Amino acid sequence: MIEILTSHAFNTIQDLGRRGARRFGVSTSGAMDPVALEAGNALLGNDGDAASIEVQTFPFRLRFNAGISFALTGADCDARLGDRGVPPWWCMRARAGEVLTIGSPRRGARVYVTVAGGIDVPRVLGSRSTHLRAAFGGLDGRALQAGDVVPVGGQRETAGRCDFGAEPPELTITESDPSDQDRVLRVRVMRAGEHDLFSDAMRAIFWSTRWKISAQSDRGGYRLTGAKLTLAAPVEMRSHGVVAGVVQVPPSGDPIIQMSDANTAGGYPKMAAVIQADLWRLGQARPGSFIAFSEVSYQDAVAAMAPINDYIGRVRATADLYRAL
Amino acid sequence: MSINHRASPFVGVLEKDPKISLIGTLAMLVEAQGEFDLVQQGRIWSLADVLSSWPNVEEAVVGVTNVMLTFEQPPDDVGALAASIVELWHRLSPRNPDGKLIEIPVVYGGELGFDLPAVVARSGLSAREVIRIHSEGEYTVCAIASSPGFGYLHGLDPRIFMPRKSVPSLNMRAGSVTIGGMQTGVAALTSPNGWNAIGWAEMTMFDPLRKQPSLMVPGDRVKFRIARIDL
Repeated sequence: MIEILTSHAFNTIQDLGRRGARRFGVSTSGAMDPVALEAGNALLGNDGDAASIEVQTFPFRLRFNAGISFALTGADCDARLGDRGVPPWWCMRARAGEVLTIGSPRRGARVYVTVAGGIDVPRVLGSRSTHLRAAFGGLDGRALQAGDVVPVGGQRETAGRCDFGAEPPELTITESDPSDQDRVLRVRVMRAGEHDLFSDAMRAIFWSTRWKISAQSDRGGYRLTGAKLTLAAPVEMRSHGVVAGVVQVPPSGDPIIQMSDANTAGGYPKMAAVIQADLWRLGQARPGSFIAFSEVSYQDAVAAMAPINDYIGRVRATADLYRAL
Repeated sequence: MSINHRASPFVGVLEKDPKISLIGTLAMLVEAQGEFDLVQQGRIWSLADVLSSWPNVEEAVVGVTNVMLTFEQPPDDVGALAASIVELWHRLSPRNPDGKLIEIPVVYGGELGFDLPAVVARSGLSAREVIRIHSEGEYTVCAIASSPGFGYLHGLDPRIFMPRKSVPSLNMRAGSVTIGGMQTGVAALTSPNGWNAIGWAEMTMFDPLRKQPSLMVPGDRVKFRIARIDL
């Protein structure tokens, strides 16, 4: 069991999300940085989809009420277990009564606290992810708060060694991220349904703008500012399904990228869609930071998942090896 | 950007192909062309029924004259998939709106039907006439979307069409019976809502613990019954 000691708004239990219930109007929810979640689970030998705590407001403190192996992945933050420092992307064994404190990240937005055995709340519609808007999943369908007791699944301590880490993916999956030097996160997208309705000039603005992720951004979506995108003739769209990563252009002209908690339906023209391989990077982008879009083909978008799958596979294989030592 | 934008030389003779486009590598949107009507919507339901059993299709999500497919894995041959969908579309018959009949008792007006006076003012009808017209209609669930269990109901009498609000009401109660443009619906969650509340129904529209979490599904029929009128 884990007891939450300090938690500000919007820290929730998330797994890889709720698939297959969109037709009932249920959005997927799920970790904003699925690579960090999967890597944390890999470090501990859990299923990749085991639920963890997504921390996006800081400081966050919890107490382990039993000996529990845990991992911290995602944003690079100052974390301490009792008086010991916990390096980022690291797994450790906590003793009963020890307190884990997570401070504000130096880089990135969201930290994942994974535990051996996973967070053991009931699955609802196939997932343990918190659906805040409809108030189900996770812990009673709500954000964590001080005093909450969070159940941990069967196996609480990993056998063998548990004091090692993984290299963060932003260091190893570098091919798509040549832009660190200019402090703009380059996000790869494919064109979407209404791209061709925008004029050449508007498309040029879309591709060349350094978009700022506005303060009105959360797990539901990121509203971008930096330029206005308009259609010469407005189109009337009928309500249709959308998925995370879609870049819609509402009449205000400020594009919106739908994220994990986005509605199942949209009705604005769709300029583009962020490829699956870059959603995790976007999930770590903070309000106030800048992004820019580059276009890739369908084939390149599919191929871009290979380095991510390889990375997760390597973390899992190495962790299995370490634990066996 | 659509996958299949070859211009048909037979437009006007043969029916236009649906527009098919990708939303990333794991979703594909199929949109029927032309005006909305229940026959087109019935073909969308048929299409969704068939496509949801195709290999690699995670689910088929019905919208208003469109369906979005989500995939387990990126399809190997998007062009071939799109062509098979177009071929299927042209030979499908529409499913009739012959789902279950849901009867919803409504307390019209009152504290929770706080937009009824605005509908009265816009329509030029009396409150009782608005209520009579709304409760006499028979509605069809076109799609479930925008929030868990929320059905887009078609069949509203044009005399009581009412545009959505530009500033949504905060915390409209779950169960609020609403009008948004030419559609009506029952709010499934308590949340901000831009539709106009004319009454309230004590009925659970969505329960994630039920095997069928959404009370309404596309093709169902809905009738509103006057439980009480609070004016």
